[in-house]
Amino acid sequence: MKLRFAAAVAAAMLAAAPALADLTVPNLSYRTGPYGANGNQYADGFNDYFTLLNERDGGIGGQKVLTPECETAYNTEKGVECYESTKGSGALVYNPFSTGITYQLIPKVSADGIPMLTPGYGRTSAKDGSVFQWVFNPPANYWDGASVIVKHLLDVNNGDLKGKTIALVYHNSAFGKEPIRTLEELSKKHGFTLTQIPVDPPGQEQKSQWLQIRREKPDHVILYGWGVMNQAAIQEAANVRYPMENLIGIWWAGGEVDVEPAGAAANGYKSVTFNGVGMDYPFYDELKTHVLDTGKASGGGAHVGKAMYSRGMYAALVIAEGIKKAQELAGTAEITPAQMRDGLEALEITEARMAELGLPGFGQPIQLSCQNHGGTGMGMIQQWDASAKQWKLITDFIQPDEEVLAPLIQADAQAFAAENAIQPRCN
Amino acid sequence: MDQLLYASEVLVNGLMTGVMYSLVALGFVLIFKASGVFNYAQGVLALFAALTLVGIQQGQVPFAHLINAITGSHISSFGWTVPSLLAILLTALVMVGLAILIETLVLKHLVGQEPIIMFMATIGLAYFLEGLGDIMWGADVKTLDVGLPQGISETAEAWTAALTGYGFFIDRLDIWATVIAALLVAALVAFSQYTKQGRAMRAVADDHQAALSVGISLRFIWVMVWSIAGFVALVAGIMWGTKSGVQFSLSLIALKALPVLMLGGFTSIPGAIVGGLIIGVGEKLFEFYVGPLVGGATEAWFAYVLALIFLVFRPQGLFGERIIERV
Repeated sequence: MKLRFAAAVAAAMLAAAPALADLTVPNLSYRTGPYGANGNQYADGFNDYFTLLNERDGGIGGQKVLTPECETAYNTEKGVECYESTKGSGALVYNPFSTGITYQLIPKVSADGIPMLTPGYGRTSAKDGSVFQWVFNPPANYWDGASVIVKHLLDVNNGDLKGKTIALVYHNSAFGKEPIRTLEELSKKHGFTLTQIPVDPPGQEQKSQWLQIRREKPDHVILYGWGVMNQAAIQEAANVRYPMENLIGIWWAGGEVDVEPAGAAANGYKSVTFNGVGMDYPFYDELKTHVLDTGKASGGGAHVGKAMYSRGMYAALVIAEGIKKAQELAGTAEITPAQMRDGLEALEITEARMAELGLPGFGQPIQLSCQNHGGTGMGMIQQWDASAKQWKLITDFIQPDEEVLAPLIQADAQAFAAENAIQPRCN
Repeated sequence: MDQLLYASEVLVNGLMTGVMYSLVALGFVLIFKASGVFNYAQGVLALFAALTLVGIQQGQVPFAHLINAITGSHISSFGWTVPSLLAILLTALVMVGLAILIETLVLKHLVGQEPIIMFMATIGLAYFLEGLGDIMWGADVKTLDVGLPQGISETAEAWTAALTGYGFFIDRLDIWATVIAALLVAALVAFSQYTKQGRAMRAVADDHQAALSVGISLRFIWVMVWSIAGFVALVAGIMWGTKSGVQFSLSLIALKALPVLMLGGFTSIPGAIVGGLIIGVGEKLFEFYVGPLVGGATEAWFAYVLALIFLVFRPQGLFGERIIERV
């Protein structure tokens, strides 16, 4: 009896576990809780990209890609639990979609030798691959975002920000505080005054912050918000009649969910983005044929083409290209996490490759190396058209200010290396 | 002089914000007053009510995602929209139905249990309702528009500008919230003082056993109180949902009500209002004067500090009933 029971348990476990030949990329998603509206879109985009590869191409290099989901609820402790519970399934790479979780996982993935991709979030200085051997953050990081925003503000102010005031309204968390150091440096370089206005999460109530903005009348407001904080900020900006075109958010404050609750009042709001907008790409025809029409879309395909969906899909694209490169380098389709790291370090996604994937101009060219784990960090500016209910790109890709960012990244990475007794490599 | 004007503007807005906090606190008070239970699920009730209201208003099919997953269909909407007032009435009916279910499935089985057991049950209820709301209506952020105006009141701005030389910002939604809260409190006070059911509710609050002995149905009173609390949650959900969309963070507004309750007392309806006003004004003025010195973002913690200071001198809250136990 005991033997039969043990056999049944073993059979069930084998059935539940991925086949050894599969490529496993856990999807640490959050579909519930205060940030679920964003998390749903992102997770669907992430899943759908791999579903397309599985259905159309039979996976990558003949190996199907599995994306087992684990709900983190955007909670750091749960995120760590998800990592611990899935890493044994042969996970090749993690994309935890949370700066808080990323910070907790950096020492863990480093110890376990599993790469982690944090596109557009996480620890900025992870761009320095000589120190952060297992962490990657292409195509852009928070400091890139801040720098691209300031460059755009220079453009709209005829190249001169001297004497201007810029207020940073930020989520009072590790994520929201990330750009402060960069903006302080940029304020010295360009001669603008930086005002810091923190908002405690979740950020539903921001009357004090926007009364302050109404009194002080900053020329521009930069918004580093997430979840309800964005909707509340955009609504309060409209309430105090702050010019919407002077309010500009980071990419995590650049989703449809952020602007739609404010209705027509959100018209003209801007945000930086590291990927294209909308569905005017040949890729979506393929997605329709192989995923949407066959009923295999994650979440029923309800979010296809939306901003956060696109970011999740783009993250999957970068991982898929990394897997492909890793398979080429290793000479086998069945790669290990260490080989995946090598693949990411040799990753090259050219404009031609993006066009080949059906996404011409959707993302910037990415070329990583042992030293550079972050790419070029370019961003575009998108603007909300409330009547069409669409984001519209109003600039081309803008290069961040490497002159300011590179020394900051190097200093932060070296401090981390010193604290953690890490011997920098890549020499 | 400018500072004084700015402080006055902050004070007025603090009062208005306090009213928004009070709307949430009222639901807690009602249930605590009638049953001695601290209803942890009150914030989620507001979320559930707002989700249901938007769902009904927009003709959304409840459980559409689940139905589609099981049957392979692609339904999401009935294809109609419901006028706001009718949708509010229908949502109020749903909240009554929910109150009946809560009483039948949860509270009835816990009669005579310690308050902590009842409290634990409401924690379970909160998580269940949050999940149910997600499955029923989806996790997307929903725009709620029941015709309430938003944005700066130009009349108030012009009037204060003429009077002081500086036009105050007052949100029209906050003005509406104040009027609605005043009506709600007047109605609740009148109900509890002058109606038979209201007196029965107070009797139950005083002593369950004594109320039962004179023929008051505990079950009916509980259903009634949870229905009223559900309606108050609906009003709070409408106000906060109009402000920043209906989404799952709406349930966290309960955190804003806790210091209000600590300060105003758990058993007083006027206490919830006065407590809200003190918290609203206190946190806004503190942020205005002290925030810049300590890096800002003081409101979340200062509300609790303020409530704790009051607790030291008046543990039952400003309007709470003093508990005297004689041995």
